[in-house]
Amino acid sequence: MSYKIAIASGKGGTGKTSISVCLQHFITKYITKEIQLIDCDVEEPNDILFYPAAKKKKSNSITQLIPEIDKNNCNFCNKCADYCEFNAISIIPSAQLAEVNASLCHSCGACLVACEQDAIKEKEVVIGQTNFYLEGNQTILVEGVLKIGSPMQTLVIKGLKKEISDSNVITLYDAPPGTSCPVVETISDTNYIILVTEPTPFGLHDLKLMIALIKEIKIPFGVIINKAGLGNNEIYDYMETEQFELLGEIPFDQDFATKYAKGDLLKDIPQKISDSFYKITNQIKKRMSLC
Amino acid sequence: MSKTVITSLGNELTSQFDKRFGRAEWFCVFDSETKGSSFIKNDFADSNQGAGTKAAELMVELKADKIISGDFGPKAKELLEKLNIQMVVIQDSTSIQNIVERISI
Repeated sequence: MSYKIAIASGKGGTGKTSISVCLQHFITKYITKEIQLIDCDVEEPNDILFYPAAKKKKSNSITQLIPEIDKNNCNFCNKCADYCEFNAISIIPSAQLAEVNASLCHSCGACLVACEQDAIKEKEVVIGQTNFYLEGNQTILVEGVLKIGSPMQTLVIKGLKKEISDSNVITLYDAPPGTSCPVVETISDTNYIILVTEPTPFGLHDLKLMIALIKEIKIPFGVIINKAGLGNNEIYDYMETEQFELLGEIPFDQDFATKYAKGDLLKDIPQKISDSFYKITNQIKKRMSLC
Repeated sequence: MSKTVITSLGNELTSQFDKRFGRAEWFCVFDSETKGSSFIKNDFADSNQGAGTKAAELMVELKADKIISGDFGPKAKELLEKLNIQMVVIQDSTSIQNIVERISI
């Protein structure tokens, strides 16, 4: 079984992607080569930008089962619509209308149970895909991509997780930003969560939201303060008062940011940033030996 | 006989016009023949999702042939078009009474 670590943050733009990519690099160097990065930010996966040598091995479709109502069998009893928790079914007898709105459907199957007329069948609809990337002959990165226009992020993440190998020593999940369903889906089966934040009022506010969420799902977590040196000290006071685990700080560095923007994140990493990641990697190693 | 539904923030003619359709607080049903009006609470206003389609279905039950609101969401619009119910969009910040007077001329 793989040790699963999610890299998450309430606020967007705190550095989840750069930290995920760097962590994969430093964990490979200091802990194990058997590590896979999974890009769960399915609305806009961009980890691949930082692996110029990677080659796409294969892509698989992710589908959702959407019910279809056969009007020849339907007696417009409205039972399926009553069962539907998501208001996805419209039955209007006077207009002979019986249809499912795919963008509201969560594929729970309740309507199939409700229907006594055998009028509902499920049909597979593509909502996204998974892409597997190789470096050499090792799959280093797998990303989920949501089909444009589909609102089913959570189902795509679920589908992505079903397809990845569980045989690596470590699996890193680069989570989407925020604290909503896609984030819960990403972090809920992990052994450890790394929360990335920045020393700004927004960074602190959204970190608190994220911690409130993690307390509900009871998974151990540690915090990385990225872009240290910017903003103010409030986040340090908070961390001290609450006694949460501070995994480390990554100093703000203009050159490092420039490299990120060019996609050269892993080229000539500044020494002080390498040092920070060395410490963080060691903390992760300790954490893993605890379980 | 013609029934017009006007989206409303409250359940009286003095209430303000609600510019939302699916998440309108109340629906005022105005009968152009009898000049009578009644108010129906929108039970779907706080639905997590699908408020627009449910409200559109309710319009059939209310036998509305015209709806006056500030905007219609894409799912509600699609359904109302299929059901041949006319959608009238106005952006006035005004009372239900005022709209009723304007359509009863």
